[in-house]
Amino acid sequence: MNPNSSIAQVSDLAFQATMAAYLVALVCLGIELAAKRRAPTELEAVSAARRVAAKSGLLVGSGAGAANTAGIAGTAATAGSTPSGSADVTVTSGQQPPTAAQTQGPAQPPSWSERFGRAAMVVTVVGLVANLISIVTRGIAAGRLPLANVYEFSAAFCFVAVLCWVVLAAKTKARGLGLFVLTPVTLLAFLAGTVLWQKAGPVVASLNSYWKWIHVTTVSISGSVLLVSGAASVMYLLRHRYDRKVTEHPDDVDLANSLPGKLPSLQLLDKIAYRTAIVAFPLYTFAIIAGALWAEVAWGRYWSWDPKETVAFISWVFYAGYLHARHTSGWRGVRAAWVNIVGFAAIIFNLFFINYVVTGLHSYAS
Amino acid sequence: MTITDAPGRTTGATPRPPAKPGKVRATLQFLRNVWRGLTSMRTALILLFLLALASLPGALLPQWDNGREKTQAYLDEHTTWGPLLNKLGFFDVFASPWYSAIYLLLFISLIGCVLPRSVDFARQLRAKPVRTPRNLARMPLSTEYRVDTDPEATADRVEQQLRQRHWRVLRSAEPATAGGYTVSAEKGYLREFGNLVFHFSLIGLLGAVATGALFGYSGSRLIGTGESYCSSVASYDTFRAGITVDGTDLTPFCVQLDKLTAQFSPEGMATGFQADVQYQANPQQPGDAWQRTTIEVNEPLRLNGQRLYLMGHGYAPELKVTWPNGQTRDVTSNFISNDASLLSTGAVKIPDPPGVPADQNSTKQLAIAGLFAPTAVVQGGIMTSVFPQATAPGLAVKIYRGDLGVNSGVPQSVYAIDQGQVDAGKLKEIKEVNLMVGQRTTLDDGTTIEFTGYRNWAALQTSYDPGQFWALVFAVLLLGGLMISLIIKRRRVWFRITPIGADNGPDAGAGGAGRSLVSVGGLARTDQAGYGAEFDTVARLAGPAVPDPATEAAASTATSPEHSQQAESAAAPAVPGTERRRRQRAGLGDPAQPERESDE
Repeated sequence: MNPNSSIAQVSDLAFQATMAAYLVALVCLGIELAAKRRAPTELEAVSAARRVAAKSGLLVGSGAGAANTAGIAGTAATAGSTPSGSADVTVTSGQQPPTAAQTQGPAQPPSWSERFGRAAMVVTVVGLVANLISIVTRGIAAGRLPLANVYEFSAAFCFVAVLCWVVLAAKTKARGLGLFVLTPVTLLAFLAGTVLWQKAGPVVASLNSYWKWIHVTTVSISGSVLLVSGAASVMYLLRHRYDRKVTEHPDDVDLANSLPGKLPSLQLLDKIAYRTAIVAFPLYTFAIIAGALWAEVAWGRYWSWDPKETVAFISWVFYAGYLHARHTSGWRGVRAAWVNIVGFAAIIFNLFFINYVVTGLHSYAS
Repeated sequence: MTITDAPGRTTGATPRPPAKPGKVRATLQFLRNVWRGLTSMRTALILLFLLALASLPGALLPQWDNGREKTQAYLDEHTTWGPLLNKLGFFDVFASPWYSAIYLLLFISLIGCVLPRSVDFARQLRAKPVRTPRNLARMPLSTEYRVDTDPEATADRVEQQLRQRHWRVLRSAEPATAGGYTVSAEKGYLREFGNLVFHFSLIGLLGAVATGALFGYSGSRLIGTGESYCSSVASYDTFRAGITVDGTDLTPFCVQLDKLTAQFSPEGMATGFQADVQYQANPQQPGDAWQRTTIEVNEPLRLNGQRLYLMGHGYAPELKVTWPNGQTRDVTSNFISNDASLLSTGAVKIPDPPGVPADQNSTKQLAIAGLFAPTAVVQGGIMTSVFPQATAPGLAVKIYRGDLGVNSGVPQSVYAIDQGQVDAGKLKEIKEVNLMVGQRTTLDDGTTIEFTGYRNWAALQTSYDPGQFWALVFAVLLLGGLMISLIIKRRRVWFRITPIGADNGPDAGAGGAGRSLVSVGGLARTDQAGYGAEFDTVARLAGPAVPDPATEAAASTATSPEHSQQAESAAAPAVPGTERRRRQRAGLGDPAQPERESDE
């Protein structure tokens, strides 16, 4: 018992380090976004161009290029005359690689914004390593899969969500997403480290099954990836609102320079939301099926409309709706983003409310 | 679920003047509109969200199906709107008419969408790839280069290579250019196949669930060590029957509990429990021997479609009652617990004390009701249990004598006495006592009750669901179809191969004998493509590119206007040789361009 308890201590220390690192990274990202230099980014170049264009009284939905891309972002490209249609014009900036801004500037010393951004990434990776250490040592200390209570589940949830974001950030250079991933993750980490924390120990008989490895890990991985997807959709809505306002008030410089304007383009955000969702959705489906197989073995019925199962079903339905909405005219863009967010809200609801408020077959936390 | 508005079919019918302004026609029109509305994607989406919304009370309110006691408690607590909710089916959401209405409409919508799509798909499978568009440079992916072989050989090579890569290929002569060829190819039909499999599996899954609800059943009972029972409706404490099940034709099997063992962590958490049983899978067949096995949590016993589960365990105190006339009887009863320390409650009832005439029965019946503590600790006269294992069993009970009310015909709980009988004064409490194993107590009439020990009981559940195998099959198909439809993309590639120099009239032989200009265009029909890398490979299938002398480019700009397209694209490149343009490269490095159509 003694070596185990010291390993458990290592796990708890590592988790505290994780919490601290995520918090620091979050602050750095906030500074990065706030201090972002306005001049060279392509997004602002486009908004500036639009301001000029709008001043001279031109309709901005110009050219075949806009027609090509606006379909991804939302409403029909032909609707350049409607407010929402013209808002989508920002999307045409996607025609140039978004990395252009970064690749052009290496000659100059990095700006403060850039420095904070890089620092945030480094601290995040440190936090990620600490998070992994915490999970692994916890598993060793308890002598089982460290996914048996809400604390452990939350820790794993944070880890996968942040990992997913780091991978995406490396691929797309869209660090801005991090603010919206790290905010819920940091909140969750603090909640986990303080309120939800439980001593490492064995689990009740019904959890002693290899199904635990399959069902619980896939649930937590898909849930965390869906967090990234949901965060991208939240940003999509913010950015969309910003674009619409900028189009309506082209002369408002303060508005044009406000925070949402520094977010990635609508097209990129939509793409991140969708790509992550289509990775996570089959995994989530698999997790539910695995859960049903386990339920058949443990509870005598593969589906008993237990509260947890019911809410899992609800969020599954929402994600199915999201995938369909993205291909339905009138639902693309903003509405699809809302569906995605509601789906994720259902997952979070399932993780906390159902575990702590409603009692059912899944009530292992207590 | 398609969203094509498909105005073609309606417009075909309307111009014809109505011969009779019949109601039939109007009705048909109406029905057709309803059908179109129902099967449209927007309706399906709304039904989908309604389904999610309607499921919510199933998670937030207690359900009869999952927790009778909790639902009853909720009803008792909320007397104003509880009964109303009950009447509206909010405590039985998944069997309620409104819930059924939503999912049935959704499935009708789904069928109405998937069937025409299957027909379309079957047609597509036989259709040839789309003809090569005029201007390949307008495609989201395009490239152009020159090769050192003549158009025919180049086209042969392209066709053969594409076929090898399982593209569906159509090769034809280029009408605009003598000696030119076009090759159009398409791939990724599996996407739509996966999509259809996914949607059909949903229907299959619903069928499997319905089968279970119609023909399945489950029953549960507590069984003490040494006891046995044979499966029939009467043998269960609770029996949940499917809609068509009347319980007369259960496949019988017999089971006997030999031993129950349980393991606990030092904190008192049950980490495992096992029931050693003997069973007869087919007792009606002569010579069917008893077999031994162990049932555990997560490891049910499977007997030709029926499954036997160990759901819980507990204790039954054993008592020895000695009446004043010297007659004795060993009595026991299962005590149940909601407590981690297995502090259990129950009642031992003796409705027929020996030596008592039947007419005096109603005054001499005995009941011993109260608590059983597996590891008993008594503090200030109150007994609690500190550990779930039976290391120091104690019994804290009240003893009653009188009329138990068991003969009144009203069923009563086996775990408690009827409080109504006590309140009516028919059943009197005569003693309250704490006993440890081996201790005895003597009643006012000389009857002694000795706490001799305990035995374990197991909660067993029999389940039968003929649909569950099919549910698994369809769930696996559903997942496979989903993954196929999300991973595979439908994509097209076109090659236009024209002879170099052919346009140049007399100079034909001089500049480019046996050489070809290859224009390639590519299009992925869905936006999550990542088609770029594959296109780069496929586009080079015509052979190695050869440099294009600037003079040649200059010459071709001055050619006849009917070939201006090739001329235009040949003149454009700044880099000699291979010119490759890629439009709209954005986001995750992916040349995504959605075609204006839906395929979800």
